[in-house]
Order: sequence, then C-alpha cells, then structure tokens
Amino acid sequence: MTNTNDTDFAIDGHGDISVGVHGAGASGDGSASATRITPGNALRPEDIALEIQRGQVKPTEDVAEFALRIGDDGLILAQRLGYWISRAPELEEDIALGNIALDQLGHARSFLTYAGAAWGKSEDDLAYFRREHEFRSAHLFEQPNGDFAATIARQFIVSFYQYQLYTQLMESTDATIAAISAKAVKEVDYHRDHSAQWVLRLAGGTDESRARIIQGFKLVWPYVEELFEDDELTTRLAAAGVTVQPSSLRTEFDRLTGDIMAEAELEIPGVPQSLGGGRRGKHSEFLGYILAEMQVLAREHPGASW
Amino acid sequence: MAPHGNPEAPASAASEINREAPKVAATTNESTTTKPASGPAVTSHGATEETPWSLWEVFVRSSRGLSHVHAGSLHAPDAAMALRNARDLYTRRNEGVSIWVVPAEAISSSDPDSKGSFFESPQGKDYRHATYYTKSEGVKHL
Repeated sequence: MTNTNDTDFAIDGHGDISVGVHGAGASGDGSASATRITPGNALRPEDIALEIQRGQVKPTEDVAEFALRIGDDGLILAQRLGYWISRAPELEEDIALGNIALDQLGHARSFLTYAGAAWGKSEDDLAYFRREHEFRSAHLFEQPNGDFAATIARQFIVSFYQYQLYTQLMESTDATIAAISAKAVKEVDYHRDHSAQWVLRLAGGTDESRARIIQGFKLVWPYVEELFEDDELTTRLAAAGVTVQPSSLRTEFDRLTGDIMAEAELEIPGVPQSLGGGRRGKHSEFLGYILAEMQVLAREHPGASW
Repeated sequence: MAPHGNPEAPASAASEINREAPKVAATTNESTTTKPASGPAVTSHGATEETPWSLWEVFVRSSRGLSHVHAGSLHAPDAAMALRNARDLYTRRNEGVSIWVVPAEAISSSDPDSKGSFFESPQGKDYRHATYYTKSEGVKHL
C-alpha cells in the first residue's frame, strides 16, 4: 500500500498471477487464455499512485477535498462492515459482506490516494494519521452495525446513494474521479442488489425478521438527509462539472428506494433528521472508537509492513 | 471485462431485481423441509423451528466457449440468493463469466457401490479407442 518505494507497476496489464507472465493475454478480455485465471485489468489505487508519482495527475484543492469526502465514506463503512467477518448469520453471507467491505475499501484507497496528491500525502497517511475532526465522512457510514437487519438497512441507503453519485461522477470533468467512479459503479450496483434482496426477504419473512428490518430502518433513516446536502464546495465543483449537487440525486434515490420499500410493504420511517456535519468534521460519538481500532497498529508501529 | 463477472453496464437496475424470488416464507419452504441431502451439519443450529437453508450445487463457466464446471456447493434460501452467494463465493478472483446453480436434491448420482458394474466394463476394451486401429494405406485426412 505504500508508494514510497520505487516499484514500477506494470501499468498496462497486471500480469498473470498463476504463472507470472506479464503482458499479452493476461487479462480478462477476449484475448485472454481460456483456461488460466487472471486478476483481470481494472484501475487500481497503485495505478493512480503511479500517475501521481509521474506527475501525470494532480487534483486541485477543491477536488482533493471532495475525494476525501467520498473516500472517507468508503473507508469508514469498510471498517464497520469488516466487523461482520466470522460473525454473519451464515457463512455465505459472511463472505458477501466481506466482499462488499473490500469493494468499499478499494474505492476509498483510490479516492484517498488521489486526494493525497494535493498535499503530498499517501493513502496511508490519510487513513491512519488524521484525527477525528479531519475525517469528512457522513454520519450514516459510522453508525453501529446493530443486528443484521440494521446493517442491511444501512447498506440499502448507502448503496442506492452511492450508485446515484458514482453514475453522475462517471461524467466528471476530472478524469481520475470519472475513472474511479466508472469502476466503483459496477460494484455498488451489486451492493444495491444485495441489500434490496435482503430488504425484501427480511420484510417478507417471519414476524421477527420484519420487526427487525422496520427497527433497522428507524435507526438509520435520520442520516439520509445529510447525504444530499449541498454546501459551498459542492456548489463550486458542480459549476466546474466535477460533480453534481448532492441534492440533485435525491429524486432518483427516493424513487428507486421507494419502489423496493413499497414492494417490501415497508414505510419510510417518519423520523426527524439528524443535524449531520460529517462533511465539516463534526462527527457522532461512534467515529472515535472506529478510528482507535483502525489506526492503533499504524500509530504504534509507524511504517510497519507484513 | 469487469471484475466479479459483472456485466459491463451497470445492469441490475433496481427494476430488474428478482421479484419472483420467493420470500423467506413464514410458512414452510418446501425445498428446505423435504431436503435429505444436507444432513446434520446444517441442522446443527439446534433450534427445531429454524429451517436450514437448502443445499445448492454451483457450476461456473470460466470463459466463453468452455463448459460450466462444478465448482462446489453452498447454502441459500432460494434460487435468487443461491446465484448471488455463488457469485460471492466462487467468482471472487475473476473465475467466471456465467454461473448455474442447481438444487442439490435435483441431482441424481451413480451409486458408489456399483462402481464395478458401472465403470469397470469398458476397461480393456481397447477396440473402442481409435488408436486400436491401424490406418489403412492411402486414407487421407486421418
């Protein structure tokens, strides 16, 4: 994860891990070997770090601040979801949640790597050596896992929000933001499907599962509003075509989540909205504990690797 | 191509979510109650009112033009979730472009005790192989 060494990543073709062959045929495309399993080609955080190192890309201060926001969203959610490893209701679901956590971590790494370029910092500097008030994630992402239903309710909101956001960001005038989003959108599309399937099943399952998903939504719904708040940064970036105003994503979010909720015969909880403030570094009491756990190793042993 | 065997386009729009998928039924789900295959390992939850998820066999096609190959099995409450679990368990490392899931109880298998009568008969019958025969002179394209 460090970009302080001089490793030159093969930017075209990541090589075939099964046989150590580089270059031609080592991708998941049509020219690939029919029998060998390869990691396939996709934009990785290392590729972004390399472009930064070569001076090919550098975000403006505003773009970096924006990348920090969505990177932090993914990072904190990944840390939250990681808790489910070995604790999910079934082995299969354990791995599904683990995959989703890793997808989110991947997005976070890309966005934080890119953001860091504005300040000469690596993804690790940003993840491990910032303090609570320097994090820019929204409150929803740091909310406790609760039971499985509460986690699914949080995932449901997150994935539909992220899908709308990344879909719009694919058109961003910032090429790196657009490229990361194009990769991420396919993954959050699956997260949408995963959470929607579970919302339908929990709501249509037993009395117990239905009561729990209703309670789960009640717990996380107060944090919806914050995701769609515009501020000075998003106004400037929207004018520059880097992103869209978060408020413009709300209609589609409401429609698509509303469809599933109606299907599941659930009502949007009529709960008051929280004040938010995550984008300005004002967090709930939960974030500090997450950071303590996430950062302790890197801070106790700076530069540790394994 | 995309990782995880996802379609190129963000395809599974919310409207495509499988609405036909039977919801985890409050009443009994036939496929889970009549299932003999899973055995005690799955019912080890102990609670009698808990119906275990049924067993599914997973077949993955690794590349266009190849067959689906048996990759393993998993538990899922229904076919829609079985497909998703299969995607999460068996295509994490870019292994597949297509998945089939089949209820384990739908598979009929040969009896291991009948190996002799089932599979030993062809042994020694080398005349069933092309290499048994010598090529006649003057035959082309062989």
